[in-house]
Amino acid sequence: MAASSKPGSPRPPPSSSSSMAQDLFNNFSFSKTLKLKTKQQELLIRVTVLTLIYILAFITRLFSVLRYESMIHEFDPYFNYRTTLYLTKNGFAEFWNWFDSESWYPLGRIIGGTLYPGLMLTAAALYWVLRFLRFAVHIREVCVLTAPFFASNTTLVAYFFGKEIWDSGAGIVAAALIAICPGYISRSVAGSYDNEGVAIFALLLTFYLFVKAVNTGSLAWALASAFGYFYMVSAWGGYVFIINLVPLYVLVLLVTGRYSLRLYVAYNCMYVVGMLLAMQIRFVGFQHVQSGEHMAAMGVFFLLQVFFFLDWVRHLLSDAKLFEAFLRITVTGAVSVGAIALGVGTASGYISPWTGRFYSLLDPTYAKDHIPIIASVSEHQPTAWSSFMFDFHILLILFPAGLYFCFKRLSDATIFIVMYGLTSMYFAGVMVRLILVATPAVCLISAIAVSATVKNLTRLVRSQSQAVQSGSSKGASTAKSSSKGVIDNSQPFQRNGAILLLLGAFYLLTRYAIHCTWVTSEAYSSPSIVLAARGAHGNRVIFDDYREAYFWLRQNTPPDAKVMSWWDYGYQITAMGNRTVIVDNNTWNNTHIATVGRAMSSYEDEAYEIMRSLDVDYVLVVFGGVTGYSSDDINKFLWMVRIGGGVFPVIKEPDYLVNGEYRVDKGAAPKMLNCLMYKLSYYRFGELTTEYGKPPGFDRARGVEIGNKDIKLEYLEEAFTTQNWIVRIYKVKPPKNRW
Amino acid sequence: MPMEEQPHFRVPLSLLLFLSLFLLPTSFSSTHDLQILNAERRIDLTSHIIKVYLTLKVENLGTSPASEVHLAFSPAEAEHLAIVKAAATSGKRKKKTYIPLDVKSAELPDGPNGTKFFTVTLLTSLNKGETATLEVLYILTHSLEPFPVEITQSESQLVYFRDSAILLSPYHVKEQTTFIKTPSTRVESFTVVDPAKRAGTELKYGPYEDQPPYSYSPVLVHFENNNPFAVVEELEREIEISHWGNVQVTERYRLVHAGARHKGAFSRVEYQTRPDATGVSSFKHLLAKLPPKVHSVYYRDEIGNVSTSNLRTDYRKSELEFQPRYPLFGGWKSTFVIGYGLPLQDFLFESPDGRRYLNFTFGCPLTQTVVDKLILKVVLPEGSKDPTAVIPFQVDQHLEIKYSYLDVIGRTVVVLEKSNVVPEHNVPFQVYYTFNPIFMLAEPLMLSIAIFLFFVASVSYLHADLSIRK
Repeated sequence: MAASSKPGSPRPPPSSSSSMAQDLFNNFSFSKTLKLKTKQQELLIRVTVLTLIYILAFITRLFSVLRYESMIHEFDPYFNYRTTLYLTKNGFAEFWNWFDSESWYPLGRIIGGTLYPGLMLTAAALYWVLRFLRFAVHIREVCVLTAPFFASNTTLVAYFFGKEIWDSGAGIVAAALIAICPGYISRSVAGSYDNEGVAIFALLLTFYLFVKAVNTGSLAWALASAFGYFYMVSAWGGYVFIINLVPLYVLVLLVTGRYSLRLYVAYNCMYVVGMLLAMQIRFVGFQHVQSGEHMAAMGVFFLLQVFFFLDWVRHLLSDAKLFEAFLRITVTGAVSVGAIALGVGTASGYISPWTGRFYSLLDPTYAKDHIPIIASVSEHQPTAWSSFMFDFHILLILFPAGLYFCFKRLSDATIFIVMYGLTSMYFAGVMVRLILVATPAVCLISAIAVSATVKNLTRLVRSQSQAVQSGSSKGASTAKSSSKGVIDNSQPFQRNGAILLLLGAFYLLTRYAIHCTWVTSEAYSSPSIVLAARGAHGNRVIFDDYREAYFWLRQNTPPDAKVMSWWDYGYQITAMGNRTVIVDNNTWNNTHIATVGRAMSSYEDEAYEIMRSLDVDYVLVVFGGVTGYSSDDINKFLWMVRIGGGVFPVIKEPDYLVNGEYRVDKGAAPKMLNCLMYKLSYYRFGELTTEYGKPPGFDRARGVEIGNKDIKLEYLEEAFTTQNWIVRIYKVKPPKNRW
Repeated sequence: MPMEEQPHFRVPLSLLLFLSLFLLPTSFSSTHDLQILNAERRIDLTSHIIKVYLTLKVENLGTSPASEVHLAFSPAEAEHLAIVKAAATSGKRKKKTYIPLDVKSAELPDGPNGTKFFTVTLLTSLNKGETATLEVLYILTHSLEPFPVEITQSESQLVYFRDSAILLSPYHVKEQTTFIKTPSTRVESFTVVDPAKRAGTELKYGPYEDQPPYSYSPVLVHFENNNPFAVVEELEREIEISHWGNVQVTERYRLVHAGARHKGAFSRVEYQTRPDATGVSSFKHLLAKLPPKVHSVYYRDEIGNVSTSNLRTDYRKSELEFQPRYPLFGGWKSTFVIGYGLPLQDFLFESPDGRRYLNFTFGCPLTQTVVDKLILKVVLPEGSKDPTAVIPFQVDQHLEIKYSYLDVIGRTVVVLEKSNVVPEHNVPFQVYYTFNPIFMLAEPLMLSIAIFLFFVASVSYLHADLSIRK
């Protein structure tokens, strides 16, 4: 705890002391060697603080390893882990051409063309480098620690970014804030081996390099940002945010009359090279020229050319009137050509329309009405206020303050960070998971607020003490502390007030550090594969049922067995169980998922037909009735009905509800009580007493006694149930002999 | 020692031979000088590792002294034979002392087809008319055949055991008895070869008198055996020596329940609520006996740590009690890894000639398990030379190279392979090698140099001006 609050606190002395020192040197004209020495001191402190932040960002993410073990978390990371394993075993060419027949049976999946390979290649490269240096690490350890490693790198980028838009003080504060910000930690703890882990680094790096390119007008930086963009495209679908934010930013600069040659160089180079590079990713392909989501960038690119052209013409034409006429014709012409091109492109189908995911970002209610499969994911829900507070804590208050400072010192760079902050905040409000994208912006803007405030306050305190010590010192220090300081000098409590405010700021930052550490250790370090609970005597109880079931599948079923389960568990079954699944978390085929949803919500005989047609050997359901684990299949069941019903109208949601109410007890709908999911979840559960003083068959997850205790299975048989009943696996019986 | 002279006179034979198929008219052998006065066999069938205790009283009838006694095994037995030990006894009752004898595999020309022989070398040769008492222990694995082959969760496991009521022996046996001990009183059936009777958990065949050599009378016992049929199909033990004070052991198991296969559904509710009546032949717990002072023990598998294990340590031994992720029913498999560290000084010694040697226990630390294939790898420190292994029994040996942390030339690995290993193989073995302690410093030096170079690079970067424009 003490360590985590440190990075914030030692920051003020270096910057203020250097400025102080400079004043002193100006006054007393010290020798050059001593001046260098102070500079070195400053450098030393800065490097030390950054190193500490770097280490801190890494170790705070190791809570999950300490609390549990070095393991891959959640759902998607298991796919990433499996592909990385394949990549390290079979090499890049095999990986790139991999047709995976173990998922989406019988369709299969072209892995190389349907994933963002950045994460896997990064981890594999780290692994190969370590192996080359003779560190005999396991690929799992590399994967587990990839996200924390990149989080550490992000702090460095944040430092340079902060330095670019404000000053090095703000940079260090930004690095410290982002190192422990829960909004980022939630996706980058050790074991959270997901695209976001490296993507946030790539995102911030691209933005930083682009701002640097705009500030300097240098081709080199623009090129670097194009490569940053390439890395981002290879790592995460969130690159669409960059390809829309950057043109928006350019547009805003154009509108506000901040157009410059620097901007022209930066954007054109970044866009053209970045686009060409991005096309090398198979999953992205020609989307940059063919998809509606990328058209904004292209439009702005052409707009910039028109702008440049007009600038040049104006330069040539001295007559203002003539230029105005020319301007009118050119702009009308350009706009109409653009509109026609877009119209023709869209009409002919060359330019694809916006995808549902994109719509659902712009309109939060869209997914609920049109794409149940997106709406069914909890991390796609609109964000509650509490989670903002949980993930940002004091940054939520500092963010507006930072915006104020940014507007006060408007520059190309601050405009960028303001736009980044505002747009990402909007997206964070639309979807919980996009808090992650907003986090770097919030941290940077808050860092500006903290840095600027603390700097002002310390300057106040310092100048006062200086005045007291050396009596009537020369104008240097008083002039430095701005006009406001001169007026405030007359106020008697000003110094004490500043000290008080400093202490307040320190207190707030300490609270932030405490909050972040607490959130990291309590909320964001659970792998969700292993569930931990407190026993009756306060001891830690571990439910390792998922792995028990997956390992059972791996060891005791035929290698070519097909397992049907709800798509949530697909990646885990293929990665840990090493068996073929019907659907998985890559929800690319809605019809296939709907088929599984339909099977789960049909009667057993109808479901049997569907399962036979899909060659299903085993059915896996997750059931929390014994342990009280609430995110089980019965609670997800309505989504299965909705998704299934979306494609197959035979499945009707009202059949499973009683007066619009979803229940599993005696009052439940008859279809509900006899559908496959209900039967598989509650098979022989009626014989079990789960809680003292309750009747047998008492469902602890929903707190009711189940309605159908006498469940007979005709076409399936129980193959395995884990120790705490969380995972139940059924074997589909072969068809009966007809003779 | 008197000279061992092979008698060279021909004896025409026409004996009842094994399976009555072959007649070997003549042979050169000393076998018929000996006869067995009394043979007592006790067959212990309580677990899936069958132990047979054989007490033989041998008498020399011939004129020349005999120093070797042959033991015969049928082909079926020979295939599953894990170990044969013999000891000479002297004294009576409580003062009985056992002196281990040398046992060697042997070939005899007059054995019926497929009979495999072992030769026990006596301490002193038997002169005419003298007698000696031998205690023989041999262990059979995979010799209980489940029948029915598949059982449901509620059934208990029944197995067949096949043997001969009469001891297969190249000698004339004057009197013999066989006792078979079953794990429970439930014996479905057994072949009756008069006189044979059953009392409680014991079957008694015999006494039979005056059986000619190679007499054989097949018997079949069908009985209940619910002991865990834990078989490790393959065990790879890697013992890595670090001269910095640690011996790291990593054991990779591939475990299978080799009993009657599980059939039909597995019902958790039955298994949970009626533990005595269902899944009686399944097993959940395993026990590994580890050396004392064991530390950093872990138990995991391909998909992560397994949290169900318990370690008990005291100054004499350590016991790791652990459970696979799920109970093992017949035919179910599980793989897992157990690893632990041990203090170096307990296992590494210096021999008088200056070489070092590792003294470690062969075999499998799991109790009551059969290992079909054991691969034991001793990873010597980098820079070790001339490794030799000393083991009291026959194993396959070869060398490998392994690269571990910061290895440049790789570590020499002594690989020992043996199939059909039972707990009786848990005896010490030694690996001798020469090692120059200077190699210990190689890796720390490499690291220090790397870090030093990094700092030098940083310092020179800070002092150098790399900009093109001035």
